[in-house]
Amino acid sequence: MSFRKPNVLPGFGLTFGFTIFFLSAIVLLPLAALVLAAASMHWSEFVAMVSSPRALGSYRLSFGASALAASINAVFGFVIAWTLVRYEFPGRRLIDALIDMPFALPTAVSGIALTTVFAQHGWIGRYLEPLGIKVAYTWLGVTLALTLISMPFAVRAMQPALLEVQHDLEEAAETLGAGRFYAFRRIILPTVLPALLTGFTLAFARAVGEYGSVIFIAGNLPMKTEITPLLIVIHLEQFDYRGAAALGVVMLLMSFVVLLAINLLQAWNRRRHARAAH
Amino acid sequence: MAGRLPVAAALAVLQGDAATRPGQNTWLSALVRWLFIATSLAFLAALLIAPLVTVFAMALERGFEAYLVSFADPDTQAAIRLTLITAAVVVPINIVFGLAAAWAIAKFEFRGKSMLITLIDLPLAVSPVISGMVFVLLFGLHGWFGVWLQRHDISVIFALPGIMLATMFVTFPYVARELIPLMQQLGNDEEEAAITLGAGGWMTFFKVTLPKIRWGLLYGVILSNARAMGEFGAVSVVSGHIRGLTTTMPLQIEILYNEYNFVGAFAVASLLTLLAVVTLEVKTLVERTGYRGR
Repeated sequence: MSFRKPNVLPGFGLTFGFTIFFLSAIVLLPLAALVLAAASMHWSEFVAMVSSPRALGSYRLSFGASALAASINAVFGFVIAWTLVRYEFPGRRLIDALIDMPFALPTAVSGIALTTVFAQHGWIGRYLEPLGIKVAYTWLGVTLALTLISMPFAVRAMQPALLEVQHDLEEAAETLGAGRFYAFRRIILPTVLPALLTGFTLAFARAVGEYGSVIFIAGNLPMKTEITPLLIVIHLEQFDYRGAAALGVVMLLMSFVVLLAINLLQAWNRRRHARAAH
Repeated sequence: MAGRLPVAAALAVLQGDAATRPGQNTWLSALVRWLFIATSLAFLAALLIAPLVTVFAMALERGFEAYLVSFADPDTQAAIRLTLITAAVVVPINIVFGLAAAWAIAKFEFRGKSMLITLIDLPLAVSPVISGMVFVLLFGLHGWFGVWLQRHDISVIFALPGIMLATMFVTFPYVARELIPLMQQLGNDEEEAAITLGAGGWMTFFKVTLPKIRWGLLYGVILSNARAMGEFGAVSVVSGHIRGLTTTMPLQIEILYNEYNFVGAFAVASLLTLLAVVTLEVKTLVERTGYRGR
């Protein structure tokens, strides 16, 4: 019946009211304006805008490169998380702290730095060039930038799960004659799987919307190396607010789907742990 | 194994001796261990460490003098000033909001609470370009309030207010999401005792709650400050890139880089990189105090 449980502490009205007011003013109303702007368009106009060849090309790159980056991070994130949790080696603490660097580093900085490293004459690019691998100004560069900025999400999602893998269970399995790979597949992987999927999804979510680091390393050619957020910016620069809003709504819907997936995965993770604790 | 002959022990290791020493000292686990560490380090070196070193290498390419001279550029100075002003306005607002939201959510039970937490986290899930665009749709020339604003000679988009709004949108969740789990974990007992003994609400907050959460608050503040100073996408959309007027440090990096002024671009980038290093340093220190984030 009552909206909140009684409590002797003061300040609920003030803090709750302020939170709702501020949340609405800064986040919810502006987002509602975006949805309304798209909703005021005619349906056929909306469909034409979000399914133009240029838009479809940008989705292919944005979603494809993000999925690829998230997969790379699922694999290497697992390896890194495993290394940090299981092994002791000089510099481990420093590496552990460095994992968060892409969180803290402004995207424009990672963009120009990564482009410089992987450009034709860059530190790494010059060794890839003779092999016929072009990174800067191709979809490969886009994937690389997205991998960098979404890496911490994958590693940080898997670390706690790996800490909880029960060593004794693993050792028991090996003592009983289970092969190393069998123990990995039957004991470690099932424990880590929800965290691995969560890490993948979080990395994907972060990568899909990324703008700053990508525009420097992508060639930004329509249909080829143009990500969806860039296409939105191009529409805005031409004062085509409707086209921008239509694409914005597509991206917003994508974010909601991913957000829902993350919540479901985390619920699954919690249930699993609750069962394990029994 | 003290009783064993060294040769027998070596043989056992070579044969994998899994039955007596599961998984610990065999050559296979040494190999796996080496492979894991080498793969991790190679991946991080190429993707993370090389770009970080590049920032400073490029900034100092023409020597320390040229590095310092690049900060004499009035547009660069204006960009640094604008970034500092924006952070100085946005971060305190985030602190007030974060404290209010954490107090309401952590101290009370009410319906729709998890929904509210999800909504607070929403800006993290939204593309930075969208975070900027929503304000263009509202206040831009062809936006909802565009005509009204123009008639009253108020500029929001391509001006300071737009930059602040976009930055606020992007940095909105950081303080709150650091404080909410922390305050939930700490519980209400001490505050309830203080109130029951006759302390006022504000006094309870300042004398009881604030000292307990100060490290978490510091971490939230430093994170939201790093995001405020480094935001590119959202600010880029609302700024209009007017040199010396509406370019923040990340936008100035873009302008200089596109003009092939690499020393200048990386000099500004080096400041933001140092800020990121300080941010991570504070994070490490805060975690060492025993407070665990997230």
